[in-house]
Amino acid sequence: MTRRVGEWLIERVIQAAGVTAIVFVLLIFAFLLRDALPVFREVSVRELLGGEKWLPTSEPPRFGLLPLLLGSLYVTLGALVISVPLGLACATFISEVAPKWVREILKPAVETLATIPSVVFGFLGLLLIGPWLAEVLDLPVPLFAALGSVMLALMAMPTVVSVSEDAIRAVPTALRENSLALGATSWQTIRRVVLPSARSGIIAAVLLGLGRAIGETMTVLMVTGNAAVIPEGLEGFLRPVRTMTATIAAEMGETAHATPHYHALFAIGLILFLITFATNTIADVAIRRSGGMGR
Amino acid sequence: MSGWRPGPRASQAVAFGLLWLGAAMVVLPVMGILLTMFIRGARSLSWELLSGVEEGLLPAIVGTTWLVVLTGVIAAPLGVAAAVYLSEYARAGTLVRLIRLAIVNLAGVPSVVYGLFGLALFVVLLHLGRCLLAGACTLALLVLPLVITASEEALRQVPRQLRDASFALGATRWQTVRRVVLPNALPGIMTGLILSVGRAAGETAPILFTAAFYSLTDPFPNSVLDPIVALPYQLFVMATEVPGITEGTKWATSVVLVGLVLGLNLAAVVMRGRLRRGRRW
Repeated sequence: MTRRVGEWLIERVIQAAGVTAIVFVLLIFAFLLRDALPVFREVSVRELLGGEKWLPTSEPPRFGLLPLLLGSLYVTLGALVISVPLGLACATFISEVAPKWVREILKPAVETLATIPSVVFGFLGLLLIGPWLAEVLDLPVPLFAALGSVMLALMAMPTVVSVSEDAIRAVPTALRENSLALGATSWQTIRRVVLPSARSGIIAAVLLGLGRAIGETMTVLMVTGNAAVIPEGLEGFLRPVRTMTATIAAEMGETAHATPHYHALFAIGLILFLITFATNTIADVAIRRSGGMGR
Repeated sequence: MSGWRPGPRASQAVAFGLLWLGAAMVVLPVMGILLTMFIRGARSLSWELLSGVEEGLLPAIVGTTWLVVLTGVIAAPLGVAAAVYLSEYARAGTLVRLIRLAIVNLAGVPSVVYGLFGLALFVVLLHLGRCLLAGACTLALLVLPLVITASEEALRQVPRQLRDASFALGATRWQTVRRVVLPNALPGIMTGLILSVGRAAGETAPILFTAAFYSLTDPFPNSVLDPIVALPYQLFVMATEVPGITEGTKWATSVVLVGLVLGLNLAAVVMRGRLRRGRRW
């Protein structure tokens, strides 16, 4: 009898642990909402999202997020432009073309890349790559949006490579064999059969890479210059910008609890949470549709 | 036919050439950069730097060690229990689908947002203040999806026959889990746990407002309620804020941090290999 009660009790405990992931996602959302909403006592939604000035400590303060939203957009898009073609090429190479010995060097190398802390990437951008790129491009300041893009591309690369590699690998061998039997070359098979079949998984890879890049904090904080100005045109990539993540990291430490500034920073956090929630959920659906992976 | 088009063989040669190039561009520059870092850092790495308190890294190494251990201690029971539920108890359905979606989303939440959550919940609401415990709780949440995923993988690799044999002997589900499945999955679970805390060791943004501080006078924590100096945070402060630190010291600090993270990863890989060899299935 006691044994059965014990068994029942343990089962409940394990069940409770099982749903903690759901509980924590809801808790994070609730806490962000709780500390973000009071900002609307100070500004309207339109002023917050469309305001062109982020001057949280001036008198009166201005909480316009447009420069920060665009800053994040510039840095993230730049990172995707670099990491998606290269990552996809790398994934195709690993799963379809590379000789075994190359594959056995390449895969661990990409996995190692994923373990390097973001503060180290920021440090390398600050001391090594930034000054070098600034010299090559003849820029006055070695802190600019495109430098952030380059560093983020390196950091998003492992995600893009491994997710799209999984998708390419999940394409049934029979499809490849049918194409080859019809007289197609390997490359024709890859381009016309394998990559199109892996489409959903590749879209997921891009979305997960995007989520990774837009949420990165320390690297962009260290290398993009943190000027809260609205970037314009392609030249904006060569100017300092400030992202949403960098703003939270740079300002929260010195912000008093429950001030309008504090709530505005939580509002940025809420926006980031919603963006990554959307990209991750869509990516998850895409992965499931591509089959093979997941259970 | 109008114009010259390369034959299928020629375009394949060009395309494969580009793929080789793409793969090389992903790996070679990064390897070059990391090699540069190790060479520059190694030159300035000294025992004085590692063991020094006021002008060295000892407080940061101690702080990060505490943070990593405490993060593992908090994340392990929760993560393993959740994995046991998913692998041994749950039946496929909407709830499991939702749990998996939540795990994916938890893994995708930006690290600085974890920092905000840790600040709002642990530091402010629970009145812990900026301290080791608040930082470890925040990092434990961050690595929770990794721990769950790795543990579930390890549990699922235990052959079904072992469970069936245990049930056939009259064991209950929990007895089977505790005496048969968990012991057999333990190596895989430990490997996943080490990989997860390796991730935690390198994170800066989540501890920025929950645990980290930069102090030269009293840098060692006396309890879990004291703030700590952590390696990634110290590297950040050295690189951006504190004047008068030689470039060599900064390079050496980054080498110590990367060395620690890679060391934890290597330990996990070696452990996995060694424990796998003694396995019959």
